[in-house]
This record gives sequence, structure tokens and C-alpha cells, in this order.
Amino acid sequence: MKNPLAAFITGILIGVGGLYFFLPYDPLARAERPAMSAGTAADGERMAAGETLRRVRQRGFIQCGVSQGLPGFSSPDERGRWSGIDADFCRALSGAIFGNPDQLRFRPLSAKDRFTALQSGEIDILSRNTTWTMSRDTQLGFNFVGVTYYDGQSFMVRKAAGIETTADLAGATICTETGTTTELNLADYFRGRGLSYRVLSFEKNDEAIVAYDRGRCDAYTTDASGLYAMRLKLSDPDANKILSEIISKEPLGPAVRQGDPQWEDIARWTLNALLEAEELGITSENLDEMLESDNPRVKRLLGREGAYGSTVGLNNDWAANAIRAVGNYGEMFERNVGKNTPLGIARGQNALWTDGGLQYAAPVR
Amino acid sequence: MQRGQGGKVPFGWNNPRVRSFVYQAAVLGIVLALVWFFTATAQENLARLNISSGFGFLDTTAGFGIIQTLIPYTEQSSYGRAFLVGLLNTLVVAVIGIVLSVMLGFLIGVMRLSRNWLVAKIAAGYVEVMRNVPLLLHLFFWYFAVLRPLPGPAESIEPLPGVFLNNRGLILPEPVFGATANAFFLAIAAALIGGFFLIRWARKRQVATGQLFPAWRASVALLVILPGVVWLVAGAPFELEFAEHAGFDFAGGMRLLPEFVALVLGLTLYTAGFIAEIVRAGILSVSKGQREAAAALGLKDSTTLRLVVIPQALRLIIPPLTSQILNLTKNSSLAVAIAYPDLVAVFAGTVLNQTGQAIEVIALTMAVYLTLSLITSLLMNWYNARIALKER
Repeated sequence: MKNPLAAFITGILIGVGGLYFFLPYDPLARAERPAMSAGTAADGERMAAGETLRRVRQRGFIQCGVSQGLPGFSSPDERGRWSGIDADFCRALSGAIFGNPDQLRFRPLSAKDRFTALQSGEIDILSRNTTWTMSRDTQLGFNFVGVTYYDGQSFMVRKAAGIETTADLAGATICTETGTTTELNLADYFRGRGLSYRVLSFEKNDEAIVAYDRGRCDAYTTDASGLYAMRLKLSDPDANKILSEIISKEPLGPAVRQGDPQWEDIARWTLNALLEAEELGITSENLDEMLESDNPRVKRLLGREGAYGSTVGLNNDWAANAIRAVGNYGEMFERNVGKNTPLGIARGQNALWTDGGLQYAAPVR
Repeated sequence: MQRGQGGKVPFGWNNPRVRSFVYQAAVLGIVLALVWFFTATAQENLARLNISSGFGFLDTTAGFGIIQTLIPYTEQSSYGRAFLVGLLNTLVVAVIGIVLSVMLGFLIGVMRLSRNWLVAKIAAGYVEVMRNVPLLLHLFFWYFAVLRPLPGPAESIEPLPGVFLNNRGLILPEPVFGATANAFFLAIAAALIGGFFLIRWARKRQVATGQLFPAWRASVALLVILPGVVWLVAGAPFELEFAEHAGFDFAGGMRLLPEFVALVLGLTLYTAGFIAEIVRAGILSVSKGQREAAAALGLKDSTTLRLVVIPQALRLIIPPLTSQILNLTKNSSLAVAIAYPDLVAVFAGTVLNQTGQAIEVIALTMAVYLTLSLITSLLMNWYNARIALKER
């Protein structure tokens, strides 16, 4: 062979050229795009707007990412029906979009896998007791649409251990679940006070709680709401108590992918509608009477006045359908985690602002 | 090329060498283009979705704690450091697991061929039970089986003074090396090197003269006596720092975590079941005539096994054994289920969750397992080539 280099280059050209010819689009053009500066980001968003809603309508159901079983938030019963605040939020969304609360599929996700599932488009919305933090909002490419539950991290300990406050936990071994904000909060809290600790991070909270039950660790930590739920799984729930101290702020809320403002608006305003409904006294029971109400705020929310649904690509009775699906926020809360449930959690911070709580919805107008 | 072909086929499309060269270059071109295409697409999409990318995060403060660290690590260390901690935790489990499972596997494999009915059936039962239960269940079983009988730290079992056993682990006194430690380690090194040459010399002499010399025993004696003398002359090379009861737990000392013990136990027992079958197959492949010939020479059963059967069986054992060793290393990634902080738990778990950079983290994790597997394969292939049948 006189000229191996020529043959080699010919081969490469044939290969690359052949492949390039069959590609669905032009990668060279894409490679140049970053040079056109960040100004094009808005174009990108406009292109994607409405994409999620269009796909959800086409598919006929919403893919809703939930937990693998956290009583009160999202957990399946023996017949496989999901209940909980997070599951109900997806039902409300399904009601707002389809007029039917059950056009959705639940995707149980581990704490570790949930973000990748949302990033990759496997789910349309992540409604899985997820803390709204800056890094998740900015680095992961998500937008949080609001707060469904104001929570905070705390500890569960054995009553017999004589632990009264978190300061007594110096040197303790603490069990938790990996892939959550709890590991970082724990480290921050103990580091900030110069206390030593050992952390055992399990993949699933089921094993973590068994390890705690067997005495492998002195304390179990997660969000306070989760502690109440997990305590029910212990062999002797009454021998354990939850410390009153809260070591972190954990605003839990649903998240959507960044880049589709319409879908984000639908999720955000569905949540606001549920809160607004409680504030206006609209429940799933009196909804039909309220439809005849003369109160302009009620009229606007329920679609009797104005055309708020159409601005986000929905029907005008979107909010009425969401409320019909799950009731208002207060009903959702009491049904899933409230006083008369095994969890027995008081409204506390999750009461409406008019009752001294933090739940405050932007007005529908 | 013309030299080889004698210049008969001219350069051009009709020359088969030119053709094959072009084809191969074309395939290489396609592969490169695909790699570039996927990388560019991923970057483009990540940028579009505002997801951070790149490996810069490795220098960022990790901020979370890890329960077992073989190198100094605090919450202020970087994600890169956390990666190293996880990697070392994986390696220590893999190495200990491999050594134990190969030893146990050989023992069970030989037992299964025993003429003693009871021994053979026990080994057969072991293999069937261990091989047919999923590894994850093994891990849960051993983890909770290890935890259940152990008391809390307040009621620790103290089998030896300064040694505590409780559900926080096995807590041992920690040796703190003093000024004479160097001489002590030097003595151990000298004994090891001496033993190595002693064994080589003994083998050569046996080949040359037929005389036996108990070189192994002599080396072990050397390994005990030499450092022992140094200890006596120069004083103890280390002082023991005893663990003390403090609060809920013990402070100081070294500890063996229940998670570590359960993981090693589960991996070892599970993999040993497979290795036992490989060993049995290898031994059965050695023809009966070899055994009979050894018996005719008057060799004992154990000597026959050691000098005649096993060396020939090894040729068949090593290749499948390699894949079992690789399996064990990769299976150690189930550690996160029982909270042992291995590479997958620390890096592909906590770090991935905190940074959200799935592509980088998973790629790095995959690269680690690939590298470990390739290194293992290389070593095993080298060993296999050494023991392969030498045609004379």
C-alpha cells in the first residue's frame, strides 16, 4: 500500500459522512448555538411551552412521581390505591386537566432516583415529599411550584434513652435514608455545635427503621411528618418519642422540569386554587352550591367569571374540577395526615395565614 | 505491503489490504462520530434544561458524614475525597470477600467430592442453599442476623479486656505506633524477603539433589522470631489505646461495623457456593488415571490432591473463577441496602443526590468498576498463563 494515510482519511470521511447523512438533524448547527449567547434561552422556553400539556393530553394520563410508601403523603393500600397529600395533589392536577381525578399513573421512586426520573421526562411532575432548596431549583433544572406541606427535620428516640433535646444526641449513632436533604442537615447541625455523631444511611427507609428498632442506632431522623409515619411501623410505637426541636426548614412541594412555563403554571395554580378554595370556604361537598355564589372571588375561581383556565390551556372549570377531585387543601390535609388519622398531625404551620399558619395562596384574579 | 504481496496487486480498490483498511477506518469513523454525536447532544440538552455539568463539583465541599473512613475525612472534605473514601470501602470489602470466598469455595468444593457421605451431603446442601437465594436477601438476612443477638452498648460483651462487642460493632484497642515501630516493620519486611529466598533456594536444591528442606515452616518461624527479637530488644513498637465508654457509645479504638461484617459474610457465603461448584468441576475433569497413578506411587490422599489433582484442575478452575471474583466485586455495590458506605452508596448515592450530576457521577462510578474488573482480569489471565499446560 503506497498511501495508507490517504486510505485512512478516505475511510474516516466515508464513515462520518455516511453517518452525518442519516442523522435526524444537523449536529454542527447545534454545536454553534452556545456562541449565540444566553439570549436564546427565552426562545428555547417558548419552543417548549405547552409541550408537556400536549403530551399529557395525547397520552391521556399524567405520570406522577411519588414515594415508595410514606403514610399520609403517598402510600398504596392493599388494593394498590394510592393515598396521601402528594398523591391527592396529582389527582387534583388530573381533575384540572381532564375533569377526572384518575387519569394518572403513579410512579413510586426512591429518594435517589426521583430527580433523574423528572429530568429525563419519565414523569411529568414530582409530587414526592421533596424539599424545595436552591440547588435543586437552580442546578437540577427544576422549578418548584409551591409548598404542599411545611415540614422540618427532627429526631425520633427511645423514651428509655433519656434524651430530651437534640443536644443530648452528642456521640449518638443516627439512622437515616440516603439521597435526601437529611444527611446534609444532620452534618450541618452537629458540625455547627461541635458535636460528634455517626450516620448510617440506608437506601430505603424500611431497613433504616428496622435497624433503629433493633437498637443499631440511638436515633432515627427525617422530616417530622415522616417520623410520625415511620413510628407506626415500629414494634412498639409508644416506647418512642419525637423530639420537639426542629433542626431545619423543609418546605415540601411538587416540582416540574424547567423550560415549560405553561405546565409550571398549571401545577402552581392548581395548588393555589386548593388553598384559595379553603380560604373561601369551598369544599368538595358544597361545591355545587358555591357555583351559584355571588362572591366575585368564588366566581372567578370556579370559572363563572373571567377566563382564567384558558390562559394556561385548560377549561374554565379547571379549579372546580380540581376541588371536586380532592376537596380543598384543608380537606386534603385532614383526610391524610390530620387529627383523625393514625398520624394525628395538627395543622400548625400548615394552617392558612388567616388562622396563623404559613399557607398563603396568591389570589386568582 | 508490496513487499509481502511481491507487488502483484497494485494499490487501489482491487487490493484486498487496501479495501479492508478502508472498511476498518470507516467503522472507526462511525464509532467516533457516534461518540461525538452523543456527547454533543447530551451537552446541548443539559444546557437547554439548565442542568449543571462538568467535573468541577469534585472540588466542592461534601458536607455530609460517612461512618467508615479508611483515610481522614470530615464534613469539610471535598466530593472528590468522598469518592476516594467510597472507593477504598469498596476495595476493602472486595479484597477480603475474594480471599475468604476462594478459601471457603475450595474447601466446600473438595468436601463435596469426599467419600464421606455426611461431609459430601453437607457440602451439597450448602451449595444449593447459598446459590439459590438472591444475594440481597443474603445481605438482609446476615445483617439482621448479626444485629439481633448483639446487646446495646451499655451491656457490651467483653470477651477480652479492652475488646467490646455490641450492636455498634466490634470495638478493639487501637495500636498507636511509637518510635521503635520502624525497626519492627523493617524486621517483618526482612523476614518476608528472607522467607521468599529461602523457599526459592529450597526448591532449587530439591530439583538438583532431591533433598527436602522444610522451607515453609522455616519462613514462618523467621517471620515470628525476627520481629519478636526486635520487640524484645527495642521494646513494644506500639501502645494500645483502649476504647472508653462515652455517652451512648464508645470513643476511641478501632471498630468493625456490623454492616461491614454482614456484607463480607453475605458476599463470601454466596460466592463460595458458586466457587465450590467450579472447583468440583475442575477436580472431576482430572482423569481418574492420574489419581490411580499417584496411589500406585504410594502418595497419601491429601498429597495426591495437593500435588497431582489441584494443579491440573486449576487450569480449568481459573477462567470461571475469574468471573466469580469479578461478580463479587460488582455485587458489593448492594452495600447501600444495609447502609455500608461503599462507592455506590457514597458517590452514586449521596453525592449524586446532592449535586444532581447524574451523567458525571454514574460515568465515574462505571469507570471505577470497569477499571477494577479489567485489573482483576489482567492479574487472573497472567496467573492462568503461568499455570497453563506447558507443552513440552
